[in-house]
Amino acid sequence: MTVGDPTAPTTRRAAVRAWLVDRLSLTGPLDKLAHKSVPVHRYGVFYYLGGMTLFFFVVQVVTGILLMLYYRPSAEQAFESVEFIMTTVPFGWLVRSLHSWSANLMVYFAVVHMVSVLFLKAYRPPRELTWITGALLLFVTLAFGFSGYLLPWNQLAFFATKVGTDIAGSVPLVGEWLLRFLRGGERVGGGTLSRFYGWHVAILPAAATVILVVHLLLVQVHGMSVPPGAAADEAARRRPMRFLPHYALRDLFGWVLALGVLATLAALFPWELGEKADPFAPAFRDIRPEWYFMFLFETLKLVPGGEVAGIEYEAFPILLSGLFAVLFVLVPFFDRGDSRRASSTVTLLGVLTVVYAVGMTAWGYRSWVPVAVVVATLLLLAVLARVTRHDPRAGRAGAAGPPSGREEGA
Amino acid sequence: MAEPTRRRFLNWLLGTSAGALAAAVVYPVARFVSPPSVPESTANQVEAGLENDPELLEKGFKIVRFGDEPVILLKTATGDYRAFAATCTHLDCIVEFRQAEQLIWCNCHDGVYDLTGRNIAGPPPRPLDAYTVHRVERGSGQAASLVIEKA
Repeated sequence: MTVGDPTAPTTRRAAVRAWLVDRLSLTGPLDKLAHKSVPVHRYGVFYYLGGMTLFFFVVQVVTGILLMLYYRPSAEQAFESVEFIMTTVPFGWLVRSLHSWSANLMVYFAVVHMVSVLFLKAYRPPRELTWITGALLLFVTLAFGFSGYLLPWNQLAFFATKVGTDIAGSVPLVGEWLLRFLRGGERVGGGTLSRFYGWHVAILPAAATVILVVHLLLVQVHGMSVPPGAAADEAARRRPMRFLPHYALRDLFGWVLALGVLATLAALFPWELGEKADPFAPAFRDIRPEWYFMFLFETLKLVPGGEVAGIEYEAFPILLSGLFAVLFVLVPFFDRGDSRRASSTVTLLGVLTVVYAVGMTAWGYRSWVPVAVVVATLLLLAVLARVTRHDPRAGRAGAAGPPSGREEGA
Repeated sequence: MAEPTRRRFLNWLLGTSAGALAAAVVYPVARFVSPPSVPESTANQVEAGLENDPELLEKGFKIVRFGDEPVILLKTATGDYRAFAATCTHLDCIVEFRQAEQLIWCNCHDGVYDLTGRNIAGPPPRPLDAYTVHRVERGSGQAASLVIEKA
């Protein structure tokens, strides 16, 4: 953990270390890491959210690779292979439930991370590309969710995929092509499953890895953004926290906690499998997508049937969502931090979007749970902000820690 | 033995916690990656088709599915039927029957078995497991059907 611990026994270990550092030319990066620090202020808790998303991504990679050992991507065998994993393979129920729960938690943390970055204005120059790569990662995450939803080949997923791909089909001009491209044919069938599997285990992971590396490098290059206002004053007043070991240990603590919560959820509420997809059976009454697509799904339900100038009404909300996504990616270029009006416009639009998305989700489920989740999230963040705000080194009592923790410096 | 100190105790606590966490992850993963044993077909006998099966008449043998296992059914020069596990005891290839030599032959590494399934030449280390063949008459004028049973 400590870089260049002077008390470590020299000899062979030190020699191997020196050799590696030299051959990999790590002197610069290690030096930077040793001196990396994180600002301390009232909104410090939001710095953990990206790392939390990353943690769940790593869980997805590990459990996903494990599932591939038994999963069979064909319409005839997919459902049975997942059933086999859940009933026969040792700990298969656990691995599959971890994968499903972690997927949902990853989307949840990615969204909370994104919303907090938006409201704390962390996208402003010079962090435009960090924001853009982050937005792309969110889209990739949603694509992961959409493609992974189909893989167990159950009724719910089958019809949700029919609906989801059909939506793509109503885009003017390219819709027909897009529909066939997504489905791998006219209908949702075995071809769609192979295709979604390919996206889910090869194309999207490759894209996610590349974008993630750029995203993380950019975070290292620019350091953590300090939100304007009171937090900036506070951060200027207080001594920043060294990344190694203090901040890294806090990250680690959060991940251990997250692993505990994840394992508890997976063990107590194993993800259900449902019934095998039957293309010739009528759809369930409450066919619905994953919760993070619910607000879009509900929006589409509100649109009446009909068409104008050869374009279905359905196409308008779809095109609007697409336009909205593009605007969302380009936010850093509207609010560059030099205009109060641009800043409040982005904040207002952000609030309206969150209220609309949460409201439509609650409406879609005919339930207050989504609202409760948002309130719980805010409360949890408030509690965590209080807990993490206190800096143990601020105490003047003396014995604040081992000598190695004292050599602060920038 | 060094004096127990608070630091040593905390290190021990941290170490065992980390070890327990690692074990809680590694154990399920290790169990998950080792495939469970799937119960094989418990059928004791299978219907192997009719006596006048063209494949059987032409080549003198055919491979029959016995649960997940291939079984070779052959007709000897003297006209009786025999059945053996078709998996060569050497390296898992499927054997065939050579009518001209009246031998069971594995083409992968030229393993040779006689008509009792005994390994008589080449690399196979053990004889082939024998199965029993029953002729079941189906009434006058109709070819009898063949049933293979575990010996």
